[in-house]
Amino acid sequence: MNVEDIKKDFPLLENREITYLDNGATAQKPIQVIKAIEEFYEKSNANPHRGAYELSIEATEEYESTRAKIAKFINARHPEEIIFSKNATESLNLIAYSYGMDNLKKDDEVVISIMEHHSNLVPWQKITKATGSKLKYMYINKDFELSDEEIKNKITDKTKIVGITQVSNVLGTINPVKKIIQYAHEKGAIVIVDASQSIPHMKIDVQDLDADFLVFSGHKMLAPLGIGVLYGKKEILDKMTPFLMGGDMIEYVYEQETTFAPLPNKFEAGTQNVEGVIGLGAAIDYIENIGYNKIHDLESEVVSYARQELSKLDYLTLYLTPNVQNHCSVISFNIKGVHPHDVASILDSEKVCLRAGNHCAQPLLRSLGIDSTCRVSFCFYNTKEDVDNLVKALNKTYRMFKKYINK
Amino acid sequence: MENLNDVYNELIMEHSMNSYNKKKLDKCDLCKMGKNPNCGDEIEIELKLDGNKIQDIGFTGHGCAISQASTSIMIDTLKGKTIEEAREIIKTFIEMIKREITDEEELKKLEDAIAFRNISNMPARVKCALLAWHTIEDMLKEQNNNTQK
Ligand SMILES: Cc1ncc(COP(=O)(O)O)c(C=O)c1O
Repeated sequence: MNVEDIKKDFPLLENREITYLDNGATAQKPIQVIKAIEEFYEKSNANPHRGAYELSIEATEEYESTRAKIAKFINARHPEEIIFSKNATESLNLIAYSYGMDNLKKDDEVVISIMEHHSNLVPWQKITKATGSKLKYMYINKDFELSDEEIKNKITDKTKIVGITQVSNVLGTINPVKKIIQYAHEKGAIVIVDASQSIPHMKIDVQDLDADFLVFSGHKMLAPLGIGVLYGKKEILDKMTPFLMGGDMIEYVYEQETTFAPLPNKFEAGTQNVEGVIGLGAAIDYIENIGYNKIHDLESEVVSYARQELSKLDYLTLYLTPNVQNHCSVISFNIKGVHPHDVASILDSEKVCLRAGNHCAQPLLRSLGIDSTCRVSFCFYNTKEDVDNLVKALNKTYRMFKKYINK
Repeated sequence: MENLNDVYNELIMEHSMNSYNKKKLDKCDLCKMGKNPNCGDEIEIELKLDGNKIQDIGFTGHGCAISQASTSIMIDTLKGKTIEEAREIIKTFIEMIKREITDEEELKKLEDAIAFRNISNMPARVKCALLAWHTIEDMLKEQNNNTQK
């Protein structure tokens, strides 16, 4: 299977003549995912759990079998440890409200890294304020990585919750999540892993990591928009109070009291995004069919090439770890003296799609002394030619601005 | 986009890279911060009045070429105008950007600010071009409210 064959599976890449380098924002969808959704609506659509007729039972089966598929995909012990949400953001809010609010006391500490996406940061500001606990940050070193000392300095006996992204959506830094979890557990803290940027690129094994919670969005891993996953250890989820209340998450409802359904329904109030779940199942099939080893080989060839070619452009500032083994998919940079939004607009005129801005990580960028970057992020369908297009477009941008910068 | 140079034209590039009008005033009568949190653009506009006339305007802050140039060119255009004239020009500029006015005669009063007429070809950048104009529009509105009190 080569990249050209793979690309043919992605109708958008065939239909639009673009260089798509914004996979960290959302990935394009293979035809297999699109077809799975179509087929669901053409053949199996009904509200799962709500009908006693064959069609509804079939829809329920598809929905629940996808849950089991995801459990297997990330090596969870039980399917009911997989909760469907609308995205990583909702999963993180669920944890913050249902676990954080009930388990944090005054003077406890929540430790997160400075590279967290706002979705794993803003909820903790709210929860720590409400509970009188403290929010502390692990900062990065000159290689844009978390050092062991920093981890050990910040995670202490006071720490009750650690939130860490496995791959930074700005820097592409791979964090030593397993080590952090081990250390946090020694200190009696639980750990939430944000796998949004890692799961499209690397095999996740929640048991091997010993993660207490792990979240991701489907749309960054070839699945539709609007479906997300929360993994939580059963013994922790069992003790937590529900996040959203309503239909499907209850056992008995009386006028003044309600008993709640067991896992996973307890956390899935209301009619769910079933097409999203079906699409996510198809995305997992697609990824497993290619295989993470192959994905890794394809991506590392292109990403290494990008690292090499971008490093040659002396008008760029790169925010990139020199340690290749700690880097995945994402590269942030700036053209010295040119605002990232201008770069993005000029690249757009060359049909190169990248992201410019703060990438929902304002505290990280502030800590670097900047307020935005240009960011490219790769998927296995990207090629060296995409990198060449990027470099060509960057050269054009620099030429356009150079005569004014030097004045 | 058909022609990049329609947007990144000579005048806009000159203004954005040269920080004309980027200064703090010794004393100012009106002052307002404009922000685009999405892009991180922040500009602070200071304005000094001489009776009903805009005597001087300066700006500080940072942002993309479009927002910087738009602020600088706006200042060139509005300096020396009365508040009423300025309001009219601001309104015309905003309507030009929204493509509600295309009449050449009407657009003449924008002077150099007419350089932004093609920005709507780049929808993602419209808010950059408008940042300073909305800021000064609000500033003059507040001034109006205060004097009426
Ligand atoms: C690291 C990380 N966490 C969380 C999110 C939030 O994802 P979503 O917007 O799909 O909830 C993103 C994506 O933008 C991300 O990159």
